[in-house]
Amino acid sequence: MSTDTIRLTIDRGSETQAFDVPAYESQTVLDVVSWVQQNADPSLAYRFACRVGMCGSCAMMVNGVPRWTCRTHVSKVVEDGALHVGPLRNLPVIRDLVVDMDPFFDKWIAAEGVHHGTRTRDDEIAPVDETSPARVEANSGIECINCSVCYAACDTVAGNPDYLGPAPLLRAWTLLNDAKDAGRVAILDAVSGSGGCHNCHSMGSCTAYCPNELDPMSAIAGLKRETMKHALRGRR
Amino acid sequence: MTMVAYKNRAHPLWLAYIVHRLSGLFLALFLPLHFWVLAMAASEPGRLDGFLRFTEYGIVKAAEFGLVFGLAIHMFGGLRLLALEWLPWSAPQKTLAAAAASASFLIAALFLMRAFG
Amino acid sequence: MIGLRLYMAQRISALLMAPFVLGHLAVMIYAIQGGLSAAEILGRTQGSVLWFAFYGLFTVAVSVHAAIGLRAIAHEWGGVSGRALDVLMWVVGLGLLWLGGSAVWAVTYGVAP
Repeated sequence: MSTDTIRLTIDRGSETQAFDVPAYESQTVLDVVSWVQQNADPSLAYRFACRVGMCGSCAMMVNGVPRWTCRTHVSKVVEDGALHVGPLRNLPVIRDLVVDMDPFFDKWIAAEGVHHGTRTRDDEIAPVDETSPARVEANSGIECINCSVCYAACDTVAGNPDYLGPAPLLRAWTLLNDAKDAGRVAILDAVSGSGGCHNCHSMGSCTAYCPNELDPMSAIAGLKRETMKHALRGRR
Repeated sequence: MTMVAYKNRAHPLWLAYIVHRLSGLFLALFLPLHFWVLAMAASEPGRLDGFLRFTEYGIVKAAEFGLVFGLAIHMFGGLRLLALEWLPWSAPQKTLAAAAASASFLIAALFLMRAFG
Repeated sequence: MIGLRLYMAQRISALLMAPFVLGHLAVMIYAIQGGLSAAEILGRTQGSVLWFAFYGLFTVAVSVHAAIGLRAIAHEWGGVSGRALDVLMWVVGLGLLWLGGSAVWAVTYGVAP
C-alpha cells in the first residue's frame, strides 16, 4: 500500500466521524475498526466474535457494500486510501455500527424457518439419500450463518419492509426440500403471504454478495414455482 | 454516500432489474397518452394528423426510438425474468440478460433504419 | 404487498403479451413506412374482427400488467401502502382498460366523422 494511513469514515447515528488509522499489510476492515475502538475512541460500538467468518456477527456496510468485515481485506476495498464503514442497511441501528437483528430473525420464524419434525425420539433416525435431487437442493443452502449480508444488500427489502427477504426464504426452501421436515404446507402458506417470495424482483444482490457464495435468488425462484404448483393442484 | 453506495453495489443482474423497472414505468406512463391520441383517429382524424406531423421532428423521432427500445427491452427483460423464475436455471442468467439487451437493441436499430431510411 | 394471486396475474399477463408485443413491433415497423395518417390507421383497422381481438386482448393484458407493476413501484419507491395501494392499482387498471378499450373500439367500429 502506498499510503501509510487509511482515512476511515464511520457512520455514527446521524453523524459521520473520520479517523486516520495506521495501515499494515494483510489488514482486514475489522482490524481497522478495532484499531479505532482500542486507540482513538473506546466508545465506538461494533460487533464481532469469531474473526474467521464462522459466526456472522461482524457484517457492516463497507463503501456501500455489505460485507463480513473480518474476511474483507482493506487492500481489496480501499478507494484512494479511504474507507467508509456503516451499520448494515435495512435494520434498525442501536448504536454506531451495531444493528438490531430482531426483525431479521423474526422473519425467519415468519417464513416457517423452524424444524417441523416427523418422528419422535423412540423412532429410528430417518435415512437421508445424499444423492436425491431434493437433498442436493437442500444442501446448497444449509451453510447460511444468518449474517444478514443478503438482507442488507436487497433493495426490495429496503422499499418493502414487510418482505421476508433472502435468508429467511432460503431457509424456507432448504426445509421444503428436507426429507426430515414435515412442514410443507405450512412453509408454502407462510411464503405466499403479502410479504412472501412473490415480492422478489430477482435483482440478485443477495446471491451477488453472499460471503458463503449461496444462492438465495434461485431458492426464492424455487419457492415461486412450488407455491404456484401447490395452488394449481388445489393446495395439495 | 447514497449514490456512491448504489454505484458500488451495482452488478449485471441489478442493472437488468433497474432497466426493467424504469422501462416499465415509462411505458405505463406513456400508455394513457397513446390511447388518447389513437382514439382521435375515429373522432378527430384531422387533429390526429396534426399530431402525426410532429413525428417528422428529430426530437420526436428520438422519443419514439426511446419508446420502441423501451418496449423491446421490457419484453426481452421480462422473458429473461420468466425463464429465470420458472425454469430452474442458475449460472447462465447473465448471458441471458446480455442476450435480451442485444436482441432489443437489434429490433430498435431495425426500426431506426426504417424510420430514417 | 404482492401475494401469490397478484404475482400470477402479473406473470400470466406478461406471457400473454409476448406475442402481442412482437406483433405490435412488427406492425409499427411496417406502418411507419411512408408516413402515418389517420386514414391509413382506419383503413387497416375499421371493421376488422382480427384487429379488434388482437388489440382488445392486448389492452386487457396490459391493463392488468401495468396496474400490478405500478403497485409495486408505488409501494417500494413511493411509500404508498394499505388501502391506498389497492385503490391506486384498481384505478390504474380500470382507467387503462377504459381508455384503451374505447380507443380500440373507436378505430374498429367507431364511425369516422
